[in-house]
Amino acid sequence: MMKRLQLSIALSCCWMWIASFSLYAEENNAQKNISHATTTLAASCAACHGPQGNSLGGTPTLAALNKEYFIQRMQGFKNGAISSTVMHHHAKGLKDEEITALASYFATQQRHTPTVAPHQPFEGAQ
Amino acid sequence: MRLNKHLTSAHDLSSRRQFVRSVIYGGLAFYGMPAFARASKPPLGHVVIVGAGFAGLTAAKYLREWSMGNIKVSIVEPNPQFISCPQSNLVLGGSRTLDELSFSYDLARKRHGLQWIKDTVTAVDIANKQVTLSRGNLRYDRLVLAPGVDFDYSRIPGMSSPVDDVPHAWKAGRQTLQLHQQLESMPDGGVFVMTIPAAPYRCPPGPYERACQVAHYLKKNKPRSKVIILDANADITSKKGLFLQSFQGAYQGIIEYHNNSSILQLDTASKTIKTDFETVKADVLNVIPPQLAGKVAQTAGLANVDQRWCEVDFTTYASNVNPDIHIIGDSISAGLPKSAHMATSQAKICAAAIVDIQSGIPPNPLPVFANTCYSFVDDKQAMHVANVYRYDPAKKSMVSAEGGGVSTKASVQEGDYAQAWAQNIWADTLT
Repeated sequence: MMKRLQLSIALSCCWMWIASFSLYAEENNAQKNISHATTTLAASCAACHGPQGNSLGGTPTLAALNKEYFIQRMQGFKNGAISSTVMHHHAKGLKDEEITALASYFATQQRHTPTVAPHQPFEGAQ
Repeated sequence: MRLNKHLTSAHDLSSRRQFVRSVIYGGLAFYGMPAFARASKPPLGHVVIVGAGFAGLTAAKYLREWSMGNIKVSIVEPNPQFISCPQSNLVLGGSRTLDELSFSYDLARKRHGLQWIKDTVTAVDIANKQVTLSRGNLRYDRLVLAPGVDFDYSRIPGMSSPVDDVPHAWKAGRQTLQLHQQLESMPDGGVFVMTIPAAPYRCPPGPYERACQVAHYLKKNKPRSKVIILDANADITSKKGLFLQSFQGAYQGIIEYHNNSSILQLDTASKTIKTDFETVKADVLNVIPPQLAGKVAQTAGLANVDQRWCEVDFTTYASNVNPDIHIIGDSISAGLPKSAHMATSQAKICAAAIVDIQSGIPPNPLPVFANTCYSFVDDKQAMHVANVYRYDPAKKSMVSAEGGGVSTKASVQEGDYAQAWAQNIWADTLT
């Protein structure tokens, strides 16, 4: 009986936890208005700017960056007002609405210290 | 169990769609999902991924994140470690060690709740949706193949199978070390010969970067030596002007570039190569073999372009031969550079599409992604090629957007960016 009660409490907690996650996600969506297309486009920035825009160094961290600043920089790269070594090759390929959407996406990402990939000595198997 | 019941008993498909869509749109991470939720029957099905390189591992991570753990992911990989091909040419130049390019899979496996199967897929049973492993069969709802490239020795006259003394070093690992050791053992005044296969092949600028790295090592350590590049292609296939700056600048008198130089006959014992124009004898011979889609894609009958590469739908990466099977990375026929960044970008589009398909919602019909690729010309200076690619429904292909391009010249600043690129793409893939 006690075990069943414990199980029932555990399951209820589990359900509440999941439901809250789902609600949070829906609220999040409404607040951010971030499209699926933007999420995948933003994800392709990770190669240089880190997971969810949290750079491991050497490139700017985009997570939690001010939206207006992101747009100002990217538009500057796009129209040539700001000189760059690499970014103009990306900014010129993006539509204005994509730059704005990326700005919204990165502005709402949490800034944190990213995990470094786990180095391991070469084992010689391959 | 409650999560499963909640999702599978809901007759209102639209609420399920809303649930999944909200998860994707919210871009939520999966890190906090408790173990009991993960252990239940996966509400959005089971995806088996073959290959844990840049493409396969990225697809696994983002399938778990964007489905909020509602897709079970099994990954089949025979190798015990992840070895980065990007930067492996620097091992030859002497500025990187292979240890620095070797990584554990453990963190990604644990953090994303991946079922890890250290094995090789020997056959795909398309009718029964299962793959054959050495230890039995594994059923899937959707299959993702990310096997990288395979080597086609049948196209090398005189070297119809791998030869121990002639490494390709085109998959980073033991052969990278072997080639480095051969270079160290070569006498000053020796000749390093590298053959480049006809495109497409993995990493278009890679051979020319390698030539620069070998020349960088020789210039410092064995300055009377030479690098001869025998390129089967009509011209340098990537970053041409930039590589020529190095060939004709820092490495003048060391690097000789010979185009249209397919192998007519190769004698591995004497390390002699005959082309249309000349016969070249090597002290160290590096044959980069012609390439084709990874073996599992061939055996599954999915290599429908020249019997070498796999044709896919670029909105989902579903095979045009069998839409239940997705193919990402170097195995596909895309007219795009076969690069690590490209592989991860494709993997993310594929992962998002699979989450949608399994949820009954249409995938994004117009995917857009970026590709950035750096090449080092010595231990510090690098240069890039960078482009945005967007799907063109009329052409049914990913087309380079306006404004992409290459560096004006190699620089130390871009060398720093190239190191940052590596750290970030490794972190994105392996954590």
